[in-house]
Amino acid sequence: MSSKSRDQKSAGAGLVDRRSALAGIAAGTAAAVAPFNIVKAQAKVLKIGVILPRSGVQAFFGQSCAKGAEIAEEVLRQVGYDQKFEILNADFESNVDVARSRAERLINDGAHVLVGPFDSGAAMAIAQVTEQKRVPFVCNIAAVPQLTEQGYKFVFRIFPTSVDLVRNGLLGFKDVFAATGKTPQTAVFMHINDTFGQANKAAIDKLFPAANMPFKILDTIAYDPAARDLSVEVAKAKATNADLLMVVSRLNDAILLVREMVKQRWEPMGIMSPGSPGMYEAQFFQTLGKYSDYAVSVVPWYNPTTKLSALVGSAFNKKFPKDSLVGNIFNVGFTFESIMVAVDAFKRAGTTDPVALADAIRQTDLANRLMIGGPIKFDAKGQNMNVGSAVLQNFNQRPSVVFPKEAAEAAPVFPVPGWSQRA
Amino acid sequence: MPADLILNVAVGGVLTGLVYGLMALGLSVIFGVVRVVNFAHGEMMTLGMYAAVVLFGSFGLDPLLMLVPVAAALFVIGYILQSTLINPFVNRPEHSQFMLLVAVAMIMVNGLLMAFGPNARNTLVSYALDSYQVGPVIIDAVRLYAALAALAVAVALFAFFKLTPTGKAIRACADNYLGAQVVGLNVKRLYAFTFGVGAACVGAAGCIMVLLIDVTPQIGPAYTLLAFVIVIVGGLGSMPGALLGGILIGLSEALAGLFFVPSAKGMFAFAILVLVLLLRPQGLLGKKA
Amino acid sequence: MSRMLRRLGEGVSNRALVALGLVFAALLLAPLVSNGYVLSVLIIALYYAYAGQAWNVMMGFCGQLSLGHSLYVGVAAYAAAIFFVKWNVPPVIGMFAAIAVAMAFGAVIGFLAFRFSVSGVYFALLTIAFAEFTRIGFDHFTWAGGSGGFFLKVEDRAADLITLRGPPIMFYYVMLALTALAFLFCRMLTQSRVGYYWFAIREDQEAAQALGINVFRYKMLAVIVSSGMTSLAGVFFAFYYNNLFPEQIFSMARSIELILGPIIGGLGTLFGPILGAFVLTVLADLVTEVLVFTGYDIPGVKQVFYGLCLAVVVIWLPLGIWPPLKRRLGLEGRS
Repeated sequence: MSSKSRDQKSAGAGLVDRRSALAGIAAGTAAAVAPFNIVKAQAKVLKIGVILPRSGVQAFFGQSCAKGAEIAEEVLRQVGYDQKFEILNADFESNVDVARSRAERLINDGAHVLVGPFDSGAAMAIAQVTEQKRVPFVCNIAAVPQLTEQGYKFVFRIFPTSVDLVRNGLLGFKDVFAATGKTPQTAVFMHINDTFGQANKAAIDKLFPAANMPFKILDTIAYDPAARDLSVEVAKAKATNADLLMVVSRLNDAILLVREMVKQRWEPMGIMSPGSPGMYEAQFFQTLGKYSDYAVSVVPWYNPTTKLSALVGSAFNKKFPKDSLVGNIFNVGFTFESIMVAVDAFKRAGTTDPVALADAIRQTDLANRLMIGGPIKFDAKGQNMNVGSAVLQNFNQRPSVVFPKEAAEAAPVFPVPGWSQRA
Repeated sequence: MPADLILNVAVGGVLTGLVYGLMALGLSVIFGVVRVVNFAHGEMMTLGMYAAVVLFGSFGLDPLLMLVPVAAALFVIGYILQSTLINPFVNRPEHSQFMLLVAVAMIMVNGLLMAFGPNARNTLVSYALDSYQVGPVIIDAVRLYAALAALAVAVALFAFFKLTPTGKAIRACADNYLGAQVVGLNVKRLYAFTFGVGAACVGAAGCIMVLLIDVTPQIGPAYTLLAFVIVIVGGLGSMPGALLGGILIGLSEALAGLFFVPSAKGMFAFAILVLVLLLRPQGLLGKKA
Repeated sequence: MSRMLRRLGEGVSNRALVALGLVFAALLLAPLVSNGYVLSVLIIALYYAYAGQAWNVMMGFCGQLSLGHSLYVGVAAYAAAIFFVKWNVPPVIGMFAAIAVAMAFGAVIGFLAFRFSVSGVYFALLTIAFAEFTRIGFDHFTWAGGSGGFFLKVEDRAADLITLRGPPIMFYYVMLALTALAFLFCRMLTQSRVGYYWFAIREDQEAAQALGINVFRYKMLAVIVSSGMTSLAGVFFAFYYNNLFPEQIFSMARSIELILGPIIGGLGTLFGPILGAFVLTVLADLVTEVLVFTGYDIPGVKQVFYGLCLAVVVIWLPLGIWPPLKRRLGLEGRS
């Protein structure tokens, strides 16, 4: 397959990109004979294009992810990757159209592999470019299921799809109920009405009936991502008298939500998220203080007990002494692992030829991980098959792992203490 | 639906609406007198919010107390903006005024992004999460103080326009531009002053708003739009109209969230706007042109 | 036919015709010397040039300020995409549905506004309100994906104009053809009676009314023509990007991006929207380039610079860049 695609590439390349056309032709002939061609055509340095929303509405997340790329070199060096790589940064300004042309730009500048972009819409746009240019794209964070359902050959996603996220999420809920012996009978489900929120809601609608959950959902309340305040939504949710609040949130809205709950004195048995960001982010703790405690998020997370985590932690603290690791680890972790996947493939392929790199990425089997889950392995669609989630619960204004047992830092608390009983 | 739920939501909506009203008041003043479309209005409020955040973060000063100095600072900014940049545009077509202010808004939003980064900031005052219980109604303390402060600023503004000579002169300008020039008013200076007053108003609204919502550099445009909707619903140039429009929009958003799909509640402000534009284009309390 | 052609060239200097021919030839040949990245930038520039031209009909010719043109782009994009994905109707047919839907939206807004004599800033706000209203509506239109997005299947195959599936170079030429046709169409309009009526309404609506022009009818016509033209930009958008998200496509920022080109290039001129779109797109990229090169690429700094440039043009070149440039190049018509 690889020789066929190389041919297509060099045939169409005259119009497109002379430099990579040369590389393509050279790579094709390289395998046959001339050793000097290898030296000439295959740079010794892997260029990784990291495309993130560094400005615009998602700037916070983009800049958080970027930290993962910044520490990658130091950490990878320590775990035995001595391959040289260079990171090309691009900002897609939280705008899907810009994502597309930035991806083109990176490939034009010689990127051999792209990593990013935190956002589902941008991931879909970038995938079209990388597929067409035959450059591998390792998606760090984006849950939209369609990304790996388009039959793309060059897209690899280490992040779970919404369906995997929610499946793990609901299992995590059961773990908490089983460990504490307390089970809610009813729940109200609140979710943000954006791409991510609707994908997760669809997954919940699909999985919930068969998941055999102990509670039933009394009401589903969707709110606008641009909502200025959530007082009405919370009042409505409170009026259902549900035992449990299940949320799919982003960050700001999670803060608004908890703040309103305190003000309206609504004290359900707990607040639990089956796989959404927000309640473990540094900002959440800073803003809400003691009220941030006890919230449960079942999300992909790092395993604080591994050696790689310790290395990442010390590199992070050295480089960003003012930031907290746990407040960034979700974004940092997936971005770092994406770069690790790329560098690991480079090591095995021994070439920067994008098609060979893609083949190498497809063979990835990385057991030395930062995040919880089995070894990173991609299925035929390019989806990481071993995605795990941890059950996090906030204690003393930081998220602690309560499940899985082998990574646990604390025991779960459920039902949670009321707002007024917190010191 | 239980009555106390409806009552709770309605009270919250009215209180929030008053703060919206104050924000829109600034726009109404500028729009009504200078006839310039301030498309950087929400961004100016964001400026006020960041000022409050910095003062609170560095010196622990309560945003409600900082309302006066922040409003004064915004007054100066507004005054300078109008007398240097916008004044030559007063007689230009609407679209070029619009482009100029879009440029100003772009610079403000992204300047704030450069200065403060993308993270949401807020002021965690000691009473941030307090609430009062009055019978079945739980009133959010912050929202109550915010609404009272908004009301106080609005009253001060009314007094300014009704009682002071400058205020009267500005009203004269708005009523009859040519006449004002004939009787020897310095219209250029009065315009700058008006823009300053409008900016001060939205700066004060920013100080209050920062208690209710977190600020990021990106929230400006949505509030510019909201302010416009309120001003037009209430009636252009009518100050009570701006407050009424604010309350109406605040209340309708709240009730729409309760009775319909909450995520679609934003539609109602626009639906009201369309209705008002079609049935009573001068706005609820506006004078017929 | 030949009379129409002669009329198109009427009052245009030979120099201007040659210059136009050269620009067109340069655009025709541009892909041969462009790499993938430059091609993608050119496609975006042409997209804005075309959409700006369409907006210009309403504002530049007839003086009706619309700040909600993303509405027409959005509904047309969704219409064509839905026809293709749900019912397998290729865009070559689906685009008629898209045009019809966009024109219907334009007609409703125009009818409500002009019937109730909503004008100026109020009209502009009404257009924003409709666009925002529709955005939130589409967020809840789950049959078409809601806020989760609506996706077209991406296939890697040779250019197919019927289904608009193919490589970027095909989209480039499609967009170039659209832009050229729009240019000619607008030229025709400005030479026609309708065009003169529009100019009269733009300059002084009451005087136009007094002269016996049916102001309501011609304003309606401007909105409908403009929305119909804009809809094709939407169809292109859907098939080029393959993902539609209401938050993106209907956003107010989109409407503003769309009108920057004609305003900077020169409102009411034929070449202004094209020039403006290219200047802006190239400027945006140049700035990124310089910032990355000098290491000052802090988030936000680019947009600040962009804003400054915009202010400079608006303050010192109130008619846009094209009219003075045209004089400088000696391309003024003989009249």
